[in-house]
Amino acid sequence: MSVTAPDPVSGLPRWSVLGLLPGLNLLAAFAACGLIVLLAGEDPWQAVQVLVGGAFGSGEAVGYTLFYATSFIFTGLAVAVAFQCGLFNIGGEGQALIGGLGVALVCLHLDVLPFLLLLPVAIAAAALFGAAWAFVPAVLQARRGSHIVITTIMFNFIATSIMVYLLVNVMSPAGSMQPETRAFAEHARLPYVHEVAGALGWEIPSSPLNVSLVLALLCCAGAWLFVWHTRAGYRTRVVGASPAAAVFGGISPGTQVLVAMTLSGALAGCMSLNELMGVQHRLVLEFTGGFGFVGIAVALMGRGHPAGIVPAAVLFGALYQGGAELAFEIPAITRDMVVIMQGLVILFAGALEYMFVPALRPFLVRRAVD
Amino acid sequence: MAAVVVLDSTLRLATPLILAALAGLFSERSGIIDIGLEGKMLGAAFAAGCVAAVTGSAWVGLTAAMAASVLLALLHGYACITHRGNQVVSGLAINILVSGLTAFLAVAWFAQGGRTPQLPDAARFLSMDWPGAGVLEAVPFVGVVYGELLSGHNVIVYLTWLAVPAVALVLYRTRFGLRLRAVGENPFAVDTAGVSVAGVRYRALVCAGVLCGLAGAYLALAQSAGFLRDMTAGKGYIALAALIFGNWRPVPAVLACLLFGCLDAVSIRLQGASLPGLGEVPVQLVQALPYVLTVVLLAGFVGRGVPPKAIGVPYAKEG
Repeated sequence: MSVTAPDPVSGLPRWSVLGLLPGLNLLAAFAACGLIVLLAGEDPWQAVQVLVGGAFGSGEAVGYTLFYATSFIFTGLAVAVAFQCGLFNIGGEGQALIGGLGVALVCLHLDVLPFLLLLPVAIAAAALFGAAWAFVPAVLQARRGSHIVITTIMFNFIATSIMVYLLVNVMSPAGSMQPETRAFAEHARLPYVHEVAGALGWEIPSSPLNVSLVLALLCCAGAWLFVWHTRAGYRTRVVGASPAAAVFGGISPGTQVLVAMTLSGALAGCMSLNELMGVQHRLVLEFTGGFGFVGIAVALMGRGHPAGIVPAAVLFGALYQGGAELAFEIPAITRDMVVIMQGLVILFAGALEYMFVPALRPFLVRRAVD
Repeated sequence: MAAVVVLDSTLRLATPLILAALAGLFSERSGIIDIGLEGKMLGAAFAAGCVAAVTGSAWVGLTAAMAASVLLALLHGYACITHRGNQVVSGLAINILVSGLTAFLAVAWFAQGGRTPQLPDAARFLSMDWPGAGVLEAVPFVGVVYGELLSGHNVIVYLTWLAVPAVALVLYRTRFGLRLRAVGENPFAVDTAGVSVAGVRYRALVCAGVLCGLAGAYLALAQSAGFLRDMTAGKGYIALAALIFGNWRPVPAVLACLLFGCLDAVSIRLQGASLPGLGEVPVQLVQALPYVLTVVLLAGFVGRGVPPKAIGVPYAKEG
C-alpha cells in the first residue's frame, strides 16, 4: 500500500496515520502528564530535564534504560502478535510470571548442565511455560467462545495465587521466611553486557543490562518474519482483519487464535529471562512488576510493528530509569509518574487513537484530493 | 457463632463488590464493556479520603467520591461513545492511570507514603447499633442475628441493600431501563425509534459512576480510615467476574458477590487453620476460587453466560 493512499478507518493519508497521528497522541499524553506535575506543585520543564538526564545522561543510565527496554520489547511484542489476530491479550503479566516459574525450575534443578546447554533449555522453558498459560484462554476462546479479555484477566490473578503458594509453601528453602527460592548457581546466570564487553577489551560502565537484549532483538526479527513473511502469519492477519473473510478463504479462525496466543504467551514468558536469569538470580514474588501492562502501552505506541515497538520500549525504559532519578531529585514526584504516563499513552494512543482525525481532516484530505 | 461471624464479615466484604457489580450492570447492559470498575472505585476512594480529610465531613467526602467516579466514567464515555475507541483499551487505560495518579497525588499533597491522613471518627461512616441490640443479646439466635447481622453496620451497607432492588426496578420497570437494555442488545432499533443511542449510553455510564463512587467511599471512609495506595486490590475485577458469573442480571450478580465475599471471609479465617479431614487448606486456593469459577462458567461447563448482544461494539450511524 502506498503511503499516500487513504487509511481505511480515518480516511486520512496513510503517512499521517503512521507518523503524524501517533506523534500528536504522544504529545497529548506528555501534555497531560505535564499538567499533573503542575498539580503536584512542581515545574514540568525541570522534571523533563531531570528525566532525560537520568535516562541518558551517563553510560550507566543508558544501560539501565536498555535493561528496562529489554523487558518491554518482550511484553510489547507479545501484545502486538495477539493484536495481529484481533485478540487483546491482557494476560502478559500472568504469562511472564509462569514463564519465570519455568526458568526457575530449570535453573534450580538442571544446573548440572553447563551454561551453553542450560541457556537454550531455560529459554525453551520460559517460552513453553508462558505459552502454556496463554494456551488455556486461547482454547477457551477458540473452542468454547469465552471472551479472551476476561479469561486472561482471570488468569493473571490465578497465576499470582499459584506463585504465592509455590514460593511460600514449596519453593522457598527450608527455614527461610522470605517468599523466594535459593539463588541460582553462578553459571545459571546471564552474562552482563559490561562483562561481555570487558572480556572483549571494551570498558563500559556496569549496569543490569544483560545478553537477553540480544534475544529480544532476535524475537523482534522473528515476529516480523512470522507476521509478514509466512503463510501462518498471513492467515493470522486475515483473521485479525476479518474473521468472516478468513472463513470464506478456508482459514480456521480458531486455529489461528491458538497459534497467535501461543506465540504471544511464549514472548511474554521470555521476559522473565531478563529479570530472573539476568538480575534477580532467583525466583522472587511479583518480579514482573506490572511490565506485562507496560507491554500494552508499548504495543499501542509502536502500532503493533517491531520497528515501532523497539523505540516505544526504549521510551518506556527511559521513563522507568529517568523516573527513578526524578524521584530521587524531586521527592514530590514519585515513580508513580511512570504509571501515569503508561495510562495516558494507552488512553491517547489506544482508546483515543482517532481523536485528532476530525481536526486534521480539513487540512490533509483536501490536499490529497487536489 | 463462627458461622455468624463469617456471615457478618461476608456482608462487609461483599458490599463494595455488590456496588461495583451493580455499576457494571448499568454500563455493560447498555453495551459498554466496563473493566474500568477498578479504576473508578480507586479514584473515588482517593477523592473521598482527600476531601473527608480536608473538610472533616464524611458526607462531603462521599459526594466528592461520586463526582470523581462520574468524571472517570465520562472519560470512558468520551473515548468509547464519542470517539468510538476500543472499550477494553479505554477501561484499562483508566485503571492504570488512576492507580498511578492517586498514589502520585497522595504523596505530593500529603507526603505520607501514598496514603491520605488518618481520618477522625467524625469524618467516617461508623457502624450504627440498632435500638435494642444490647437488650436482645441474651436471647438465643434472635439476639445474634439481630445484633450482629442486621444491626451494627454503617450507612453505606444499608444503602447498598436499598440499591439492589432500586437498580433492578430501574432496569426492568422504567422506560430508561428498557431503553438501556435495548441499546445493549440492538442499538439500531433504538436509534430507529428516535432515541439517542449515545445519550442512553452516557446516562448509563453516569449511573455506573455514582455506584462506583459509593463503593470507593465505602473503602476509604467505612472500611478504612482514609485512602491507601491501590486499596481496591482487584475488587473491581472480582465485581466484574461476579457480574459475568451472574449472567448480567442483578439478583444472580448480587448472589455471586455474596459468594465471592464469603470466600474472602473464609480465606481470612482459614489463615493457618487446619480443617478436620483435609489438613491445611492453602489460603491462595480459596482466594483464587472466584477467578477459577468465573473461567469455568465462561467456558460453558456449568450453564452458559449470555452477554448483551451489542457489548463492545461502538455504535456508528449508517452514513
